[in-house]
Amino acid sequence: MTKQNWVDLAYLLSAVCFILALKGLSSPKSARRGNLIGAAGAAIAVVTVLVGTEGLAHIPLILGAVVVGTVIAVPVARQVPMTGMPQLVALFNGVGGGAAAIVALLEIPRTGGGFALIASLFTVVVGSVSFSGSVVTFLKLQELITTRPIVLPGHPIWFAGSLAGSVGFSIAVFARGGVGAGTPLLAVVVVVLALAAGVLFVLPVGGADVPIVISLLNAFTGLSVAASGYVLGNVLLLVAGTLVGASGTLLTRLMAQAMGRPLTSTLFGALRGGSTAGGAGPSLDRPVRSASPDDVAILLNYASKVIVVPGYGLAVAQAQHVVRELADVLAARGVEVIYGIHPVAGRMPGHMNVLLAEANVPYDQLKEMDEVNPQFATTDVVLVIGANDVVNPAARQPGTPISGMPILDVDQAQNVVFLKRSMRPGFAGIDNELLYQPNTTLLFGDAKESVTKVVNALKAL
Amino acid sequence: MTGIGLLTVFVLAVFIGFEVVSKVSTTLHTPLMSGANAIHGVILVGAILVTGFATNGLEIALGLAAVVLATINMVGGFVVTDRMLEMFKARR
Repeated sequence: MTKQNWVDLAYLLSAVCFILALKGLSSPKSARRGNLIGAAGAAIAVVTVLVGTEGLAHIPLILGAVVVGTVIAVPVARQVPMTGMPQLVALFNGVGGGAAAIVALLEIPRTGGGFALIASLFTVVVGSVSFSGSVVTFLKLQELITTRPIVLPGHPIWFAGSLAGSVGFSIAVFARGGVGAGTPLLAVVVVVLALAAGVLFVLPVGGADVPIVISLLNAFTGLSVAASGYVLGNVLLLVAGTLVGASGTLLTRLMAQAMGRPLTSTLFGALRGGSTAGGAGPSLDRPVRSASPDDVAILLNYASKVIVVPGYGLAVAQAQHVVRELADVLAARGVEVIYGIHPVAGRMPGHMNVLLAEANVPYDQLKEMDEVNPQFATTDVVLVIGANDVVNPAARQPGTPISGMPILDVDQAQNVVFLKRSMRPGFAGIDNELLYQPNTTLLFGDAKESVTKVVNALKAL
Repeated sequence: MTGIGLLTVFVLAVFIGFEVVSKVSTTLHTPLMSGANAIHGVILVGAILVTGFATNGLEIALGLAAVVLATINMVGGFVVTDRMLEMFKARR
């Protein structure tokens, strides 16, 4: 076998590792091992390209850059709190897109035209959009800019114009075969316009819809990596990028379904002034029943089955640990406690699962919506902590911003206890009928403080 | 490999991607996104190739920037995914 054969075999091995990594995620038991297999695949790929590529220069510089990247990435990845995970993933996604765009940019003059040049330009545009879009996503999630949709004057025109411009200049580069004086300048214009398009694409998306955007931008970066694989004639990049593109696309579709509205309304709703407008404001004068932590403790103590419905409010209040303590105390008294997780609870698909897992909640107590919904009718108490829209029965009626979104059927339980900071409506800005039901009790206050008080009251019983 | 061969690989990879990911449980969607994110960090291979064949200072500088960014994506992605998955434990 020639050296090239060995190199190709090593790339194949690495690609198989990536497939196994994704396959491992089918169960929490095999997931961690899967991820390590993926990391091994990546290591094999990097070693292979360094030792197996004929005529590769600047190796010390490259190794230095790898060390720099590692030194930056590892401490950040180790230290980020679990609530901050979505923005970190967005940022990692962005730098990946940026790297793909640079790689493709440098390949433009070497492709010799044809389909490889088209693939290069595609990578430059999509990678740049992914980079700047991810940065804006990061800023929104980190709340360095407002989480409300931002719509500039003439926004759709600027967005369409920048996108069309980057495609137009790409065509100009293609017409020159990617070579010749002036072509690099044209390529830079392509990059600048694509960066602008990425920013304008994400700005009008509201905070609650940002998870979908992360997923979509992840797919974008995957596709740009796949295209750069085509340009470089590298099968590994092609396979890995395509896998990510496929997974990101699928996840984006699943999330849009979980939110009950088409992707286009999520992404461009604010531009049309539609979906984020909100419905009727909260009617503050309607009577609600509020209770003290002691009342809630008694209610829980005599329940035989309790379902906790957590929302992002729980994570913001850092209440996940004390909620687990509450569940432990109840379990010790023979009360069955499970968690009902809505697919879009949190700020990323499955984010709530990660946050609860961090608090050592066993994953077999975390029940998905389809599994938990039939159980509400036989449940004594439902604790809704920092969630609102995902339990709002308004979703079952037409004409509200959340109409059609599948919800947790909390209203079928014997008793519903809402832990809320105030009567403020949820992210969708609509009143929640559930709050006024006769079997609903409200416990006002910070989620962490409230649950702590309930735990103490419960221990005193 | 070029042309139709690469296209063949691409199409097959799309099917594998959909097939494998559709089996991932919703509990693990966040690690899936983060793990997939780490996998596209393999653009590092591309970044190393363009830097290794760079012919002038500007190309080297851009290539090295791509190497740094891709390394952050890949290494950070795998580390953060591992941290997440470490927490998913069964009932003790």
